[in-house]
Amino acid sequence: MAVPTKSEAGRREGTVIQLTAKDFKGKVNPDWCPGCGDFGVLNSVQRAVAELGLRPHEILTVSGIGCSSNFPGFFNAYGMHTLHGRALAVATGAKLANHELTVIVTGGDGDGYGIGGNHFMHAARRNIDLTYIVMNNQIYGLTTGQLSPTSREGMKTKSSPFGSVELPINPLLISIMAGATFVARGFSGDGKHLVELIKQAIQHRGFAHIDVFSPCVTFNHDNTYPFFRERVKRLEDEGHDPSDWKAACEKAMVWGDTIYTGLFFRSEGRATLEEKEPVLAQGGPLAYRPLGLSQEQAQKLLQRMM
Amino acid sequence: MESARFDFVIGIGGAAGQGIATPGNILARTFVRRGLHLCAYNAHQSIIRGGHILLALRVAEHEIHSHGDNLDLLLCLNQDTMNRHLRHMRPGTWVLFNSDDIVPGDAAEGVHMCPMPVKALTNDSRNKVIQNTVALGAIVSILGLDFATLEAALQRELGRKGKEVVEENVQAARGGFDHAQAHFPSLDRPVPTGAKPLAVWSGNEALAMGGAAAGVRFYCAYPMSPSTGILHWMAANARDLGIMVRQAEDELAVANMTIGAAHAGCRAMCATSGGGFALMTEAIGMAGMMEVPVVFINVQRAGPSTGVPTKTEQGDLWQALGASQGDYERFIVAPKNALDAFNTIPELFNLVDKCQCPGILLSDLLISEGTFSVDPDAINMFPPIDRGELITQPRSADGANGADTNGYLRYQDTETGISPRALPGLEGYVYVAATDEHDEDGVLISDEFTNPHKRRKMVEKRARKLQHVAKEVPPPALEGPADAEVTLVGWGSTYGVIKEAIDQLKERGVTANHLPIKWIIPFHSEEVSAILNKAKRVIVVENNYSGQFARYLRSETGFAAHGHIRKYDGEPFMPHHIVEGVLAQLAGETTRFVPEHEFIV
Ligand SMILES: Cc1ncc(C[n+]2csc(CCOP(=O)(O)OP(=O)(O)O)c2C)c(N)n1
Ligand code: SF4
Repeated sequence: MAVPTKSEAGRREGTVIQLTAKDFKGKVNPDWCPGCGDFGVLNSVQRAVAELGLRPHEILTVSGIGCSSNFPGFFNAYGMHTLHGRALAVATGAKLANHELTVIVTGGDGDGYGIGGNHFMHAARRNIDLTYIVMNNQIYGLTTGQLSPTSREGMKTKSSPFGSVELPINPLLISIMAGATFVARGFSGDGKHLVELIKQAIQHRGFAHIDVFSPCVTFNHDNTYPFFRERVKRLEDEGHDPSDWKAACEKAMVWGDTIYTGLFFRSEGRATLEEKEPVLAQGGPLAYRPLGLSQEQAQKLLQRMM
Repeated sequence: MESARFDFVIGIGGAAGQGIATPGNILARTFVRRGLHLCAYNAHQSIIRGGHILLALRVAEHEIHSHGDNLDLLLCLNQDTMNRHLRHMRPGTWVLFNSDDIVPGDAAEGVHMCPMPVKALTNDSRNKVIQNTVALGAIVSILGLDFATLEAALQRELGRKGKEVVEENVQAARGGFDHAQAHFPSLDRPVPTGAKPLAVWSGNEALAMGGAAAGVRFYCAYPMSPSTGILHWMAANARDLGIMVRQAEDELAVANMTIGAAHAGCRAMCATSGGGFALMTEAIGMAGMMEVPVVFINVQRAGPSTGVPTKTEQGDLWQALGASQGDYERFIVAPKNALDAFNTIPELFNLVDKCQCPGILLSDLLISEGTFSVDPDAINMFPPIDRGELITQPRSADGANGADTNGYLRYQDTETGISPRALPGLEGYVYVAATDEHDEDGVLISDEFTNPHKRRKMVEKRARKLQHVAKEVPPPALEGPADAEVTLVGWGSTYGVIKEAIDQLKERGVTANHLPIKWIIPFHSEEVSAILNKAKRVIVVENNYSGQFARYLRSETGFAAHGHIRKYDGEPFMPHHIVEGVLAQLAGETTRFVPEHEFIV
């Protein structure tokens, strides 16, 4: 089965068409509640990939389950809408099978930091070249408003009528500690800034994590647009140096009247998982390589059994 | 060894950490190179050091299918082995032991007790495992093999440890050899030589190699006994064979990564045991819904829960049948032995590629961790590969924006139910694969677009494709005389032991035939019913407590077996267990026979 790789035949000869965000509109319109923060994220990703000159077939979006995880259905590209919490694992397999794909993983805070927390940590530590965008609304939307791992202490939800007694996690610190080489935070109410972050994340070689404040207008009455608008400050305006690991951690811990958005941490030196895997260096995408053993390989295997 | 043909079982007993594997491997290799057939089973405990291990190594000049009923020679590496197993030794057998450390027990009359003064034979070597090498020399002498054969084997096995190690071991082996020549009786006839040298493998190696031959490009696992051997083989060979091998963070990741890789176009496989399989099941259903061809191996061990990690059982049949919620298409297959396991993997990949669904292979510790001889010419390293209706060539997108997909419907409702599958990355076929119910175009019909008609259409489309591909799976066939008194029905790994039990029954004047079941889904209920309805007395043999297969058989055919032979002590059947079970049932003593396992490990 000889299949041309993306670099050989995926692109149409000689035609360079500049796509626009609109070209990345999916088959159906989002069914999110009017005003949901996820709209802002969807628009920003569409703009980012258009500005980067990517084509729909070159992209694979992978999500789990949740309001936010419905993303691939609203986006024109190859997509996989998988299981709750498993998007990063599925995406890892897909990316290793075809490392020429631009793989963007999307989902919610429950999906990524709750049920999928373990995969999140390990994807970061592998430094696999994925862009992971979490629409963090500090609540479970699709299941109609329960606690999320990022809900603040004391928050009253349907599953915590007397207020949450658990500390929220800090996803930025987790991914920085785990080894992610690009860690950022955006706000879906600040589209222009978010587009830039997403573009940088996609261009970054390695695991890029963007936590995006994406308010749930239906179930979260704490972390609203005004809540964030009053507080968010761009790190870029503060002269933060993203190569400064310690400063990144300190900035990520700030939560109060000021909450930072922007690029917290970026490390460029580390090789990606794909680069470290000698099997991938042997040729194009694994998915397109011929199947079966060579005579020589077969002989060697049999020899060892004798 | 009573039969006219050479058929000899060597037992090596000791504690974990005493180095049983090395003499076991050397003997195994020596015999198969001579063209003898081999079946070895390592009964061990879940402990890294200590405990008790009994490796039973059966060699014969004819094909054998189990590790036999008895021991002909017992090598005691510690006192515990002497205490446990001396009582199993019959007249005319040998018991070897280090007489410096081990006190012999009371043996039955005619048992050759063979003390080896190891210190004296090795100039007081302090090497802890040197007694194993001395014993190798003695065993080779007792069997009447020449010393040069052993010397060559030691060279091969220990060569990479350096000249000195080889030298020391050759000398120790020589000491044991000479001592045995002078003091122990040897076999009264020469060990035969087979037609041609054979190879050895374990079931796990066979499964891994089957994957390599099938074109697996992505293998993922989280270690769990007794499936870990597959991971080890894959990891060791990954670079040579161009296979991406990943040890993931857990079985949830394993299953989902494997599906991701399969969806992107690789032949992808993963393996685990029951507990890990439990974690994988949600993902298996996703593969069913997304129509991803992918292979999951469950190497069964005794359960439930973490159960008995180093013991065998056929206890996960209903787990496989019940894996994941809802109705979905999948294959379930239980190969009968290591060679069949090897052949089944490429076969299963072709089926799941054609049907675009998951396939589950049920092995067990008996097959996977057993060691077996195999004729290298019987191993087809180049099986046919059929990837089904796979679109691999890009085409021009017709819209100016490059977004149009020329109306490509990933889940098109075709006559066969099979929808041509395009690999992500190809131009002109962009679609979203969803684990929620979806329409032909991949758009979810789980929410606002839901309607009963669409849901029914998609359920039927997926069901049809399995029905279509199922035709390619051969129905089970009866082995042996059609009019036998007893029909033994087994599934998966009981194949070999039932086969040998039938031979033994014949010697006892009972005619029996055998209906081995390999394919659980698709199950050929009509053919099976036709065979069983003609049978005189049907006895289902399985290695579990509740009769999982007997229940499945009944659910699929309405046929209730007349009798059962079951074992659930963690050890595999020995042929005589089945013989006793059949005789007891013919005598009307019981309809549910549970043999006593006499070798306590
Ligand atoms: C294994 C499993 N458990 C539970 C659910 C139900 N479920 C669906 S979405 C969701 C939480 C969604 O929250 P989040 O990921 O934050 O996404 P949001 O809807 O807020 O965007 C849950 C618990 C499921 N689909 N699968
Ligand atoms: S429930 Fe919340 S998260 Fe879900 S769509 Fe509505 S606003 Fe968005």
